[in-house]
Amino acid sequence: MTIKNGIVPAKYYEVSYKKSNLITNLLSLLGKIKKHPTALIGMLTIIAYILMAVFAPFISPYSVKYSDLSARLLPPVWSGGTWAHPLGTDQVGRDLLTQIIYGSRISILVGFLTVLISASIGTFLGAIAGYYRGTVDTVISRFADFLLSFPFLIFAVGVMAVLGPGFWNLILALTFKSWVEFFRLVRGEVLEEKNKEYVEAAQALGRSNGAIIVSEILPNIFQSIFVLATLRMGYMIIMEASLSYLGLGVPPDIPTWGSLINSGRNHIFDAYWISTLPGIALVILVLSINLFGEGLRDILDPRLKVEGSE
Amino acid sequence: MSKKGVNAPFYSKVDGGIFMREAKVLKRVLYTIPIMLAIAITVFIFMRFTPGDPVDIMMGKESMVSQQDIELLKKEFNLDKPIYTQLYIFLANLLKGDLGKSITKGVPVIELIKETLPATIELALAALTLGILIGIPIGIISSVKQNSWLDRSIMAISFTGISMPSFWLGLILILIFSAKLNLLPSQGRINFLIYIPKVTGFYTIDSLLAGDWEAFLSSIRHLFLPALTLSAPLSAVLARVMRSSMLEVLRNDYVVFARAKGVPEKLVILKHAVRNALIPTVTVLGMEVGALLGGNMIVENVFGWPGIGRLVVNAIFDRDYPLVQGVVMFYAFTFVMANLLVDILYTYLDPKIEL
Repeated sequence: MTIKNGIVPAKYYEVSYKKSNLITNLLSLLGKIKKHPTALIGMLTIIAYILMAVFAPFISPYSVKYSDLSARLLPPVWSGGTWAHPLGTDQVGRDLLTQIIYGSRISILVGFLTVLISASIGTFLGAIAGYYRGTVDTVISRFADFLLSFPFLIFAVGVMAVLGPGFWNLILALTFKSWVEFFRLVRGEVLEEKNKEYVEAAQALGRSNGAIIVSEILPNIFQSIFVLATLRMGYMIIMEASLSYLGLGVPPDIPTWGSLINSGRNHIFDAYWISTLPGIALVILVLSINLFGEGLRDILDPRLKVEGSE
Repeated sequence: MSKKGVNAPFYSKVDGGIFMREAKVLKRVLYTIPIMLAIAITVFIFMRFTPGDPVDIMMGKESMVSQQDIELLKKEFNLDKPIYTQLYIFLANLLKGDLGKSITKGVPVIELIKETLPATIELALAALTLGILIGIPIGIISSVKQNSWLDRSIMAISFTGISMPSFWLGLILILIFSAKLNLLPSQGRINFLIYIPKVTGFYTIDSLLAGDWEAFLSSIRHLFLPALTLSAPLSAVLARVMRSSMLEVLRNDYVVFARAKGVPEKLVILKHAVRNALIPTVTVLGMEVGALLGGNMIVENVFGWPGIGRLVVNAIFDRDYPLVQGVVMFYAFTFVMANLLVDILYTYLDPKIEL
């Protein structure tokens, strides 16, 4: 940049006080995560799980449909099994390692999609309710209160009972209620931000309400939404597994950790690995997500409190 | 200055009279009525969405029944009437405590709930007790020994507890205590060879009433693993909340003052800190009631516990929709009532709280 006769070109100002962009934000966040050991461990484990889910066909030793009835209930390698089936086989002779690797797909996908959809709906409604108040706010808030009067799992089970098993039915059953958390968070934050000077300034400049919400308020509360989304993802994965365990998740031909654990239930006395190993995979993933989420909260938004498992 | 002297004028002037709290409670109670109505209407609408009406399910697809029989049955279920009349009948029956009739069992849903409810309550109360007895003390210990290895390991365990699905934990406990150690039974409420006369429906109490020690022991042994499984997430959350609210309270001036006065540390913790730290814990306890109800459905299935949770899951697979709807509605009502109770309890613990 050249400065002639001491006059700074107008462009320079624009660059200098433009908000930092997404990439620099992400980079600085990554730098902070690096210094937070538990958040870092959590993040790396989550990445490993995502890679496992994406590349499942390449890393699993057998095809997902493969089953060998002559090799039923083989123990894992440390319990006297062979390397042909490192984690053993189940009651119909399917390789457990393959099933666990493929099972990660549903868990991660359902966790991610439900949180993405509920965060979007919750943020949209929360921003509208918090910004405009009035009747809109009352109607949505009452509806949210009403949804909260059902225990989460009971509600999801009821919806699944009506809709029947299926991937999108599962997403619907889980998001039907979980947007409320995001709605309450965003509504509260928007109510608070609305009275701050930068919003008043934008209003004085004559910017439209929509533009103020999207480009002024939302960037300021995005961090809280992101932290809540991470913390909710672990919970959603547990809920998916619980529904699958009850046989109310995706159709039975798609492997999930919940249905694997259920199928091993009757063999807990003679083939412990069928139920325990998928559960360990599940616990490690959820634990990592929660560690990452708590770490993010420490870094980004120490005020936010998310307690309780409901 | 006596406590009364401080509080009385505050209440009468600022809050607008001593009956303010009662008025708030009444308002909160009345607020549950529209919620309950909305729940009932939602359940009714859902029932309309279910594939096939009860009559079709009852008849089965290939059964040989005349059109006349079907019409008769439709009349019995009021399916021939317009939808608003059906809704009216549904709500009117609900007021009378009539939740409809189970298709597969042919008995009123409310009878089935009454039959299985004691088992569920027994399990839930046991879990609640265990959760409080485990969670609160370890939360206190953790806060007192903040940042010690004990605190760190307690927090690590409770963090893992929150990240663990209860059905898996239940299976692991069965694996350890039933399969490997052969210490505790894994299924049912009591040894099936034992008969105890039914009085309350709680096997632990009934066996005591009958003076049958063997039965009492058997029911306790059956109760332990499911209750422990159900209480695990509860105690984990309670420990975390209790710890953080204790840490907050311990920083307060009155704690510092009590210590400066020379009050023994044990008394400072138990008398001054714990009492105040319990308030946020009660809120969380209220929030956890929902998790307890949902968890109970899972845990009953893992341990073959003949309660409402197992009833509803079996009903789903039998496509017994009236039973499913009835139980879901019952769960929701229970949850609303539990939240109401917690909120009321809360006003008495902390008068500053708005309902």
